Parts: sequence; structure tokens; C-alpha cells
Amino acid sequence: MTDTLSSIPINYYIALSSILFSIGVLGVLIKRNAILMFMCIELMLNAINLLLVAFSAHSQNPAGQTFVFFIMIIAAAEVAVGLAILVMVFRNVHSVDIEKLQNLKW
Amino acid sequence: MRSLFLLIPLLPLIGFIVNISWGKSLSKSLSGWIGKLTVLASFLLVLWGWNQVSSSDHSLLFTYFKWIETSKFTINFGFQIDNLTFLMMSIITGIGFLIHIYSAGYMEHDEGFHRFFAYLNLFIFFMLLLVMGSNLLITFIGWEGVGLCSYLLIGFWFKDHENNDAAKKAFIMNRIGDLGFLIGIFLCIFHYHTIEYIGLNDLAKTLPIGSAIVTWVTLALFVGATGKSAQIPLYTWLPDAMAGPTPVSALIHAATMVTAGIYLITRLNGLFLAAPMTMDIILSVGVCTALVAAIIATRQNDIKKVLAYSTVSQLGFMFAALGAGAFVTGMFHLTTHAFFKALLFLGSGSVIHAMGGEQDIRKMGGLKPYLKWTHLTFLIGTLAITGVPPLAGFFSKDEVLANVYSKSVWMFVFLAITSVLTAFYMFRLYFLTFYGKFRGTEEEKHHLHESPVSMTLPLIILALLSAFGGFLGMPELFHAPHIFNNLLGGIVNISESHASHVFELSLISGSIILLSIIIYLTYNYFISKSNVPGYREKGFWTRAISNKFYIDEAYDSLFVTPLLKFSKWFYRVIDRKITDGFINQLGLTALLSGQSFRKIQNGRTGFYIFAMVIGMILILCLNIYNR
Repeated sequence: MTDTLSSIPINYYIALSSILFSIGVLGVLIKRNAILMFMCIELMLNAINLLLVAFSAHSQNPAGQTFVFFIMIIAAAEVAVGLAILVMVFRNVHSVDIEKLQNLKW
Repeated sequence: MRSLFLLIPLLPLIGFIVNISWGKSLSKSLSGWIGKLTVLASFLLVLWGWNQVSSSDHSLLFTYFKWIETSKFTINFGFQIDNLTFLMMSIITGIGFLIHIYSAGYMEHDEGFHRFFAYLNLFIFFMLLLVMGSNLLITFIGWEGVGLCSYLLIGFWFKDHENNDAAKKAFIMNRIGDLGFLIGIFLCIFHYHTIEYIGLNDLAKTLPIGSAIVTWVTLALFVGATGKSAQIPLYTWLPDAMAGPTPVSALIHAATMVTAGIYLITRLNGLFLAAPMTMDIILSVGVCTALVAAIIATRQNDIKKVLAYSTVSQLGFMFAALGAGAFVTGMFHLTTHAFFKALLFLGSGSVIHAMGGEQDIRKMGGLKPYLKWTHLTFLIGTLAITGVPPLAGFFSKDEVLANVYSKSVWMFVFLAITSVLTAFYMFRLYFLTFYGKFRGTEEEKHHLHESPVSMTLPLIILALLSAFGGFLGMPELFHAPHIFNNLLGGIVNISESHASHVFELSLISGSIILLSIIIYLTYNYFISKSNVPGYREKGFWTRAISNKFYIDEAYDSLFVTPLLKFSKWFYRVIDRKITDGFINQLGLTALLSGQSFRKIQNGRTGFYIFAMVIGMILILCLNIYNR
């Protein structure tokens, strides 16, 4: 398994992760649907995870893979909280379009 | 002994604290008695202390604590007690007590009764501190304190705006003098590293006579003295200070506070003797002031203004004596002047009381039968101040004249003219007030009455002192002991010049003849021909004199108006534009920038996320850039 991973050059991983991350960022910036924004955030997190695993395998250091588990747990918790907020928002304004959320000011 | 001397100034202070804090709830007689008894107790303590230490010729020093300590010099809080101090202390507390008694009658119907007594007690406290202090700085506390009390008491009837103006004038004029005093203290510390009186006087013996430093030090201190003791050029506050109640004029502006300058110079006589130039200046300033004030007094029609200018003139006499090097004579005249001038002021207060507040002598006249005691005591005071033998003023004034004669003949001539003028304006005042026909309204005539005993009793005591006070310093001619010389000889340098007996005899007989001529002429002019000064003076000189030589107007246009304009300009430009403008600009900048930045916070979640991403990118870039 390690061999398979490390047989691919590290640059490819970096390129793939960067592309995934950029898609995530652009998605967050462009999308108006809050659920899609969430998915984009997840995409960014997973891009990082992929990179971490790749580096970890490449440098024969298991610490990076341990980080990935932490990030997954935190992502799960974040999604739980975020979706709860979204449910409440939906109940109040009957929409998950963030353009409708214009009250975040004094 | 130590603590008893501390008690002397503290007793009036306690009286002040009690009266100022709880005076409103006390009855008038009780708060009056608190004021009177504390001063009386101080007076008795002074007499007791004097009796205890009178045998010792040198000064007693009581140091209570170290006040200011630096590597270069130390200033102790201490009292210097000697015969000079005792003399001043007994004048302050003794005459102070008499005036307290008088005030109880004079101020009886005033609503600020307890306040008045509180201020009087505070004044006595500060004045005692002034004369008891063992160094210049303690004297300076008292010096400022009496200035404050003078301000408070001149403006005692503060509802009248004119009184407040007079009070402010007195205070500001005194501040100018005080600046001189302060500079003198600083110079002493800087050059001599001591401000103790004993140290300075001892040091003066080793200094070269007339060196620049000692001249500047003494000149600066003399400027302080001119402010407090109303000499040219800072005398104009004293006549205006008569806006205060009459007992205040008697106590502060005639008998005690205004003599502080004379006391200071006498205290530092060693230092002043080392500066002959300053002594000459003191002599000429004293003589000029005496003459100018006497000339102005001849044309004043306010009973208290005449006495005020007379005070300025007599203070000029004292300074002339000091300038001639006759410090004991200065103190002698100070003492007799304290007696008769307090008497005259209290007498004028009694007259004003009877007239229901009227002070214009043109509206008085013929008061003799109504005010028997006041008239009698006022006559004694008048005779004493004009120098009719054998009353107090005669001896002290002749001594001043003799001493000035031995210094400079011209100055003597001016002073002699001043004496003649003194006789003229005092008898003009006396005749216009007590003789002739009553010139007031019927209502006032009906109101005329002799003052209560509390007012006439101090008058009688002061009259006795004015009559017999002169025997404390008989001239050598009579072979009587000169008590003042014996008293102060150990502390103060006695002038060595003794006038010849022939000169003294001619001085005495000359003054008697001149005085009788002047009194006759005045009587003839004002009584036999019943002339009354008009309301509009004719002729250039008479108008100039009755307008006090336009000195007030000159000061107004020379100093006050430019200063006011300057202040207004400062207010308009520096204060409003620069200081205020700077602060306002700061506030305005914050407000405007806040308003423009506020637009970023538009509430759109998308924009917030965008800003967050941009921010993160920026941070990352910075991180990379900084590596």
C-alpha cells in the first residue's frame, strides 16, 4: 500500500490537492446555496487530508496520518454544528440562500 | 515652651476651623466669642512668653521638623523667637483682639458674621506665621496666607461687584510683589544655600559690601515688600482695598499686614546693610511714596480713602527710615502707626456706622455733639498722626526725620513737606467730619447715634496707646531710656548717626510751629469760612490730584488693557483654533474614517466570506514574503 502510494511522484499529489482546494475556495466564494458551500468546505478539508497522507507516506512519518483522523473528526463536528445552524436558518427564512442573510451588521 | 509657642498661631487657626465649619449653626455671640477668645489667649501667651524670655538678648530657635531636605540644603519648619518677633506678635494679637471686640459691634447685623470672624482668625494665624517663621519660606506661607485673607475680606460683601474687583486688584498686585519675593528666595537658595534669617544675616557680615548678588537678592525681596506694603509702584491696591468692612481696613490694611514688608526688611537688616544701593532705592521709594500719597490724600472726599492714602504715606515714612539704615526707628513708627491708624480707622468706622453707611465727608459735618467718644478718640488719633507732641506720632516721626536728615538733606525736605501735608489732610478730614453744619439728609440726622460700648471701648484703649505709645522711644534729648533701642538693639543694627541736640531741638520746635500754623489755616479755611470741597474740581492740578494723578487709569491703559487684549487674542487664536482645533480634528478624523469604513460591514454573508478569504491569502503572502 505504501509502495503504491509512494510510487506516484509527490508533485502529482500536490497538484491534485491544489486543484481540489481551489475548487473548494471558488465554490465557497461563488455558490449561494449554503449546503453547497458546506460541501465545498468539506472539499477543501479533504484536499488537505490527501496532501497530509501523501506527505506522510512520502517521508515515512505516521504523524501526518494521525492528523488526518483529527481533521476528519473536527470536520464531522463542524458539519453537525453547521447543519444545525442551517436548519434553524431555514426555519426562520425558508431558504438556504445566503443572499437572503443580510442581517449580520449593527 | 516649644509647644506653647506652637500654640500661639494654632489657637486662632482652631477658631477659624470651628467658625468656618460650624459657625452657621452657632449663635452670633458664641461664634464672636470663639473668635475673640482664641485671639485673646494667643495675646496672653505672647505676653507670658515675652516675660519668660525677655532677659535673653539673642534669638531663640525652635525647630519642629525638617520640611524640605536635599543634598545641598535643608529647610526646617521652625520659629525664630526674639524681641522683634514678640513686638510684632503683641501688635498682631493685641490690636487684633481689640479689633475683634470692635467687629462684634460693627458687624452685629451682618448675615456673614461667623464667616467674618473665621476670616479674621485665619488672618491672625497667617500673620503670626509670617512673623514667627525662622526662614524666608515660612514667612512666605504667612505672606501668601495674609494675601488670601486680605482678598477674602476685601471681597467680604461679594454681592457688590465693585468689592470683588477691588479684592481681585489687591490680590493680583500682591502677586506681582510676591513674584519678587519668590525670586529673592530662589536667589538666596542658589547663591547662599540657606534661607534661615540668622544664617543670612551672619553670612552678610562676610560678604563684600554692595556685591551684585546681594544687591539683586535685596532688590527682589524689596519688590515683594513694595507689593505687600503698598509702595510705589504697587500701591494702588490699598486705597481700593477700603471696599472691605472697616475693621478689616483697620487690622489688615493699616495696622498689621501692610507692615509685613517693613518687618521683612528689618528681619534681614544684615543682608540689606550689605547692599547700599538697595538701601538708597528703599529710601527714595519710601520718600516718593510718602509725598505722592500725602498729596493725593489732600483731595480725597471718602473718609476711608483719605485714611488709606495716609496709610500709604506713613508706610513710606517707615521705608524711608529703613532706607536710612534706622531699622529700629522703622519698627518704632510701625508700632505707633499701628496704634493711631487702627484708632483712626475704627473711629471712621464708628462715624460710618452712625451715618448708616455714608462715607463721603462732604455729606457729614457737625458730628461732634452726637459722637462724643468717637470724636474725642478721633481727635487724639489725628493729633498723634500729625505729630503733635507729646503724642505717639511725634516721637516716631521726628526720629524718622532726624535719621533721614543724617542721610540726605533733600529727602529730609521732602519728608518734612509730607509731614505738613499730613497735618493738612488729617485736619481737613477732622474738621469736615466733626465741625460745621450737618450736610446730610434729615433721615441720616435722625439716625445719628453713638456706637455701642463694644465699639467705643477699643477706641478708648487705642486712644490711650496712641497718646502714650511715643514714650517707648524718647529722643536722647530728654535723657529718658529709649525702650525700643534697648529692646531691639540685640537683634537689629541701631543706626549710629545721632542727631545733635541743637538739630533735634530745632526740629521739635519747628514742627510744633509749622503744625500750629497748618492747623490754624485748615480751621480757618474749612470752619470759619465754612468751605466744603466741591464735586467738580477746577484747575489742572487740583483735578489731577483728586483723580489720584490718573495712576489707575495709566495702569489700566498700560498694563490691564493690553493684557486683556492679549488674553483675548490668545483665547481666540491659541485656545480656540490651535488647542481646541487640534482636539476637534482628532475626533473628526476618527468619526469620518469610521463612517467610511463602516460601509464594509454591509451584512452580506458572501462578502464576508470573500473578505475572509482575501485576508487569509494576504496573511499567507505576508508569511511567504517575510521568510
